[in-house]
Amino acid sequence: MAIKWLIDASYFFAAILFILGLKGMSSPVSARKGIVWAGVGMVLATVVTFLTPGMNNFALMIIAIAIGGALAWISGKKVAMTDMPQMVAIYNGMGGGAAAAIAAVEFARGEMHGMVVTLLATLGALIGAVSFAGSVVAWAKLQGVMKKAFRLPAQNGVNILLALVTVGVGAAIVIAPEIDSTLVGAFFILALVLGTVITLPIGGADMPVVISLFNAFTGLAVGFEGFVMGIPALIIAGIVVGAAGTLLTQLMAKAMNRPISNILFVPMAAAGGGEAVEGEQKEVGAMDAAAMMRYASKVIIVPGYGMAVAGAQHKVWEMTELLEEAGVEVSFAIHPVAGRMPGHMNVLLAEAGVPYDKIFDLEEINGDFPQADVALVIGANDVVNPSARTDKSSPIFGMPILNADMAQNVIVVKRGKGTGYSGIENALFYKDNTRLLYGSAQQAIGEVIQHVKALSV
Amino acid sequence: MDGFVAIYIFMLAAFTGYEVISRVPVILHTPLMSGSNFVHGVVLVGGMIALGQAETPLEQAIGFVAVLLGAANAAGGYVVTERMLAMFKAKEKN
Repeated sequence: MAIKWLIDASYFFAAILFILGLKGMSSPVSARKGIVWAGVGMVLATVVTFLTPGMNNFALMIIAIAIGGALAWISGKKVAMTDMPQMVAIYNGMGGGAAAAIAAVEFARGEMHGMVVTLLATLGALIGAVSFAGSVVAWAKLQGVMKKAFRLPAQNGVNILLALVTVGVGAAIVIAPEIDSTLVGAFFILALVLGTVITLPIGGADMPVVISLFNAFTGLAVGFEGFVMGIPALIIAGIVVGAAGTLLTQLMAKAMNRPISNILFVPMAAAGGGEAVEGEQKEVGAMDAAAMMRYASKVIIVPGYGMAVAGAQHKVWEMTELLEEAGVEVSFAIHPVAGRMPGHMNVLLAEAGVPYDKIFDLEEINGDFPQADVALVIGANDVVNPSARTDKSSPIFGMPILNADMAQNVIVVKRGKGTGYSGIENALFYKDNTRLLYGSAQQAIGEVIQHVKALSV
Repeated sequence: MDGFVAIYIFMLAAFTGYEVISRVPVILHTPLMSGSNFVHGVVLVGGMIALGQAETPLEQAIGFVAVLLGAANAAGGYVVTERMLAMFKAKEKN
């Protein structure tokens, strides 16, 4: 039939566009083209689906697409760049929820043929529901709706027991000759609880890796439901994302030196406190900080999430331009996990107008710190903590860090005396050549700019 | 779908996903995660077909939710990815 051929050909073409799109997105030069290609594929696949023979409920379909699409489109346009990670989390959770809902419709229709199809539907439902519940929790945490990491007594035991019970109920559904609606209902509730309970105790710093993991989960769930419904475009897109997401998760976990099993099962705070730090923090005023940088020949800026939260990246770039006019060489050092996701800080700096060639990865710049007159650390903490190199008892021991402590002088812009996001004491702040500039990044850098200007006249 | 054909598709797609990402620079990790998040928004198509075949009110209600969530995944995923990548483009011109 001609219509059937058109639909299949369009799905095939969409799958090719998705793969080419992802390929394009893996290089800065072609990234923009990549997302547009994938977008064309999505529109094509959606439009031809309306032509599928024997379908009903078109009005409901269009209403659902209009509401879901419009809400997500508007929220996506409005969200600030700093809040990007939780937006990705929530959209991803919705994809997982959609995959689980598709499985639920198939269960309700009771027309699944064969154990393999039922097995795949059940697996997709489980993974999709876990991804949905987990992503919502991840969103709530990053958004600040949920403040504290919440840990049950014997958390790992509860997780394992819950997972076993859920899988057991799932197996019962697969084995049963008829679809048992009570079992199916219990299965979905268990899967949602499982996703929530797994994610609740995970600390904010580990959240990006978890979001990436759930992203891979959703991909797999979509792929499995694609098998159930016999739509190759879903299978290919879902499995490609599942594989790519798994690799991305591994890359992130490696950059943080936290194996994925540790992230899921060992809370960061309980991993051991590390040695107490001797010495005191020495303060510096904005004027002295400005002078140190204005008369330096080489300054390396280490930005962290604190800078982004304060919205100080534009100010930092303004200061950089002033220093460069005065003949200072300025570069930016980006830790792989600076920000909330790998690459997040690059996005935030790009937004402020910092050009590519001033931004360097950890491997590229670590050798340059000893030649730098000043390392300016703004809102970063764990990623410059020298304990990661020296203190075996520290929870972050072994994590690759930026060697800011090896610079001739270190200026740390910090809001107060407390420890950072992870609650680990930072030996860098107590070193002889370290000075602390207290204040919010926005206001502190603003003052430094005034003093640099005064010095340049 | 024939069982073995399905397994072949699964295997080749998994290799493709792995290869496509393996040489990506760190600066693109966040947009890429967001972009792959958009790609699995194709779950919308599955939701539409599930809703299209739904008969009882319960099936219709769950199908409606599937399409709603799938559409949000696709639309939201596209917008945030495009916004992030647009900034990279602007810098290239300079």
